[in-house]
Amino acid sequence: MNETYTGAIYGINGPVVYIKGKTKFKMGEMVFVGEERLVGEIISLTSEITTVQVYEETSGLKPGDLVYSSGSAIFVTLAPGIIDNIFDGIERPLKSIAEQSGIYISRGISVDSLDTEKKWNTHILLEEGQEVLGGTIIAEVQETKAVLHKSMVPPYISGKVISVKPDGDYTINDTIAVIKQENGGEYNLTLSQKWPIRVPRPFNKKHPSSVPLVTGQRILDTLFPIAKGGTAAIPGGFGTGKTMSQHQIAKWSDADIIIYIGCGERGNEMTEVLEDFSKLKDPKSGNPLMYRTTLIANTSNMPVAAREASIYTGITLAEYYRDMGYHVAIMADSTSRWAEALRELSGRLEEMPAEEGFPAYLASKLSAFYERAGYVDNLNNTEGSVSIIGAVSPQGGDFSEPVTQNTKRFVRCFWGLDKSLAYARHFPAIHWLTSYSEYLNDMAPWYDENVGPDFIPYRNQILAILNQESSLIEIVKLIGSDVLPDDQKLTLEIARVIRLGFLQQNAFHKDDTCVSLEKQLLMMKTILYLNERAKALIALNMPMSVLKESTIFDKIIAIKYDVPNDHLELFDNYITDIDNFYNEVLQKNG
Amino acid sequence: MKNMGIEYIGLSQIKGALVAIDGVKGAAYDEIVELKTDDETGTKKLGKIIEIYEDKAVIQIFEGSENLSLVNTHTRFTGHPLEFPLSIDILGRTFDGIGRPIDGLGPIEAECKRDVNGKPLNPVEREYPRNYIRTGISAIDGLTTLIRGQKLPIFSGNGLPHDRLAAQIVKQASLGDDSDEDLVVIFAAMGVKYDVAEFFKRTFEESGVLNHVVMFLNLANDPVVERLVTPKVALTAAEYLAFEKDKHVLVILTDMTSFAEAMREVSSSKGEIPSRKGYPGYLYSELATIYERAGIVTNSKGSVTQIPILTMPNDDITHPIPDLTGYITEGQIVLDRALHGQSIYPPINVLPSLSRLMKDGIGEDYTRDDHQAVANQLFSSYAKVGEARALASVIGEDELSPSDKKYLEFGKAFENRFVSQEENENRDVITTLNIGWELLHMLPKEELDRIDTKLIEKYY
Repeated sequence: MNETYTGAIYGINGPVVYIKGKTKFKMGEMVFVGEERLVGEIISLTSEITTVQVYEETSGLKPGDLVYSSGSAIFVTLAPGIIDNIFDGIERPLKSIAEQSGIYISRGISVDSLDTEKKWNTHILLEEGQEVLGGTIIAEVQETKAVLHKSMVPPYISGKVISVKPDGDYTINDTIAVIKQENGGEYNLTLSQKWPIRVPRPFNKKHPSSVPLVTGQRILDTLFPIAKGGTAAIPGGFGTGKTMSQHQIAKWSDADIIIYIGCGERGNEMTEVLEDFSKLKDPKSGNPLMYRTTLIANTSNMPVAAREASIYTGITLAEYYRDMGYHVAIMADSTSRWAEALRELSGRLEEMPAEEGFPAYLASKLSAFYERAGYVDNLNNTEGSVSIIGAVSPQGGDFSEPVTQNTKRFVRCFWGLDKSLAYARHFPAIHWLTSYSEYLNDMAPWYDENVGPDFIPYRNQILAILNQESSLIEIVKLIGSDVLPDDQKLTLEIARVIRLGFLQQNAFHKDDTCVSLEKQLLMMKTILYLNERAKALIALNMPMSVLKESTIFDKIIAIKYDVPNDHLELFDNYITDIDNFYNEVLQKNG
Repeated sequence: MKNMGIEYIGLSQIKGALVAIDGVKGAAYDEIVELKTDDETGTKKLGKIIEIYEDKAVIQIFEGSENLSLVNTHTRFTGHPLEFPLSIDILGRTFDGIGRPIDGLGPIEAECKRDVNGKPLNPVEREYPRNYIRTGISAIDGLTTLIRGQKLPIFSGNGLPHDRLAAQIVKQASLGDDSDEDLVVIFAAMGVKYDVAEFFKRTFEESGVLNHVVMFLNLANDPVVERLVTPKVALTAAEYLAFEKDKHVLVILTDMTSFAEAMREVSSSKGEIPSRKGYPGYLYSELATIYERAGIVTNSKGSVTQIPILTMPNDDITHPIPDLTGYITEGQIVLDRALHGQSIYPPINVLPSLSRLMKDGIGEDYTRDDHQAVANQLFSSYAKVGEARALASVIGEDELSPSDKKYLEFGKAFENRFVSQEENENRDVITTLNIGWELLHMLPKEELDRIDTKLIEKYY
């Protein structure tokens, strides 16, 4: 054990506490403050003053109260029990807190991060005499029905197994094997390990990702896809559906593990995720979605310093599951609140502010966070990925503010939410003109091979029509749509079909909430076929007004509701319908 | 408390509402202090420690520092943060901004005392709000339904009838026709004019609910610093009534803009680094600690529903106060000057208005199966009205296409028949939805792209 030492509080200003004089504390060390032992972290050291940021309310602290060392940096415990759980920003389980302090979260509560008494049925993979390295998988535990937990040798530890326990029921702190390290020392392996949250976990090699994170959301998968191991930002003013989009991705994406970080957001939203995800079933495995999900809830009224830490806690948990060979997706809702926590603490420390009061290190902190995403070869030669999807809440919905701008520099997918779409209740309100994805080219071969060679060309045609629409709209705004030539009127009509029938997606409709890539392809194909046939009619001088007498356009829009996800053969009927429409118009007016 | 009763004489500094005192022992951060002058006025004041360094404490005085001098002041530390005495007898009473009775009925016989700062509700102990509150106002019930346990602010501007709207909500709010649960109203005024406070009081009296109302009044000429705790005291009372006495509590907070202004004033006098428009960097956190004190918890039948009112400076919805509020609250009801100018009451602009919890509190089990679809369609069609109007202002109404002309008609009718209603008109949800269908009838069937074909057949 480390030697413990203390310092006496000199001053208190909100969540920041000062200790006078030269102390033995280490930078980044976790400390316990005052009689109630509030959790804190050392954030700056000078020979005169040591500064501590406290993760809990500081009211009631007095000068002279003691600050106790812990000897280690702020860390998380990594072991079975993380999934299907809900934690605060420093990995304290909220259910255990509730057992101790009721409906409110009290201060100075000391609880274990994970259940240390529960016995897990463990299958041990080690043999005596085996050489192990950091990352070697030592045991498997069925953590939930959906997740097989693979306990590993902590990074940077290696040696030869000198004793090993048989398969059986073990707690996370029971020794299951002992190894002899090169320096001769013995090291006890358990199902758990600790890792400091601000240090990225090591891996062998990062490589560019060519596999999409399929979300079941048409505008994302088709127009602006994100790669497994990629980074995306969803910025939008309030009410534009950031949280809703995050929920949809958390529910339906094909990641193995979801880490949902509610950073400075609403308490009711976390409750909603907790209730919904326990009821909703994963379409692939049939298990409740909570069985692959971990929630980190640091709501807006919880202490601001812990909000700053919650993002790091989340990503460390994600990296741990990545190391097992899983594909992990993180929803960070919202990174702006995290940036504001930085600003608030920076203000308390009287640091020189840069833009809009944010500290100058905002950009470097953001980039360091997003760089922890990636598709990697792990130490144990498995492949895993961490994808980050960060919501951004720009003030006044203005994308030129520092958090959005700095985030844009470090993410490769940008899903810009638009207020006017949200006002018209067009959801998801992701605007097709402001959004982009830099992953598309890398992933084109994957789409060709796994969905169909037409997918990318169709996608480009769809986007082209939408772009044409936007320039036509400028003219319509000035002179009305009646004066446009018929082929341009058709472009507007097809764009309408795309917007209503394809881009708009109903999260509350059982079929429409999540759509397979195959169906997305068929929908595009049908819409573009309609476009082609209608164009042919226009070329034969059929006026648009005649074409619009048919109900075919609205019928195509309704495909998303009328074709169930497991009856894709129905698409053939639509092709026939379009042909009939073509022939009828021709017959009647030809 | 070891230093209870010790009095410190004199102060080392007075600057605005902040005073500093040296040589204190054992004072705690956030503790309440009592100050008294020994001159003939015998002024008594309350303050709170906002910064403390060794033996030097910085105290924020709620009532302002007038009459205090560096030598005449006796300071006593109470050893606890600001507390509010609670019992069921607070119903029907009126308090000042920091919770002292001002109705001349004497002090409250307290069952318990609570720290007004409150504590964050544990998300796992919350229950997701699902039951709606009927307000009898079509634009709210139909399109931005208020849910029990929700925080739904009214974004207004100076001179708009937000007070009348809030009063109408209070008068008509009902938990459903067959409910015998009682609704309690907590009214917290921060920096509002005397007339406004009086208007609410009269409204409560007229509708006979006064003995179910608790009022906290910090008027425009009351001390600014006091305003910073008024909503906290009010919500402490609300949490007590809801979570310990099983009441359904509706909290009206007006005007949150004054609260934020007070924060800016105090922050700048402390010399803090400002962020946007001079507001302190912790404006979001501070607003959140207020708004998040709404909801329903698992082990209690009660609920806290908040209707904060804020006046948007210069009607600007991107101003930091409405902006940060919108990010915390579960939607917003936005009032519009143009509608008000056309004498439409309530002048609710439905497009930017939103109720985030609506989706789970309406529909077959709560209101009617077509509710969500009708609401979506009305929103979407009314958004098109805006486009048609923009076009008409460029090319003239006569040149519009027949479909655009229909939208113009629909827009007019929507504002006059759906949004507009009398101040004492209490419409039930079915009437509201039926009006919605009548309006949608004005549009061709194929324009109704947000409604399921089955529902169209049933109701169109």
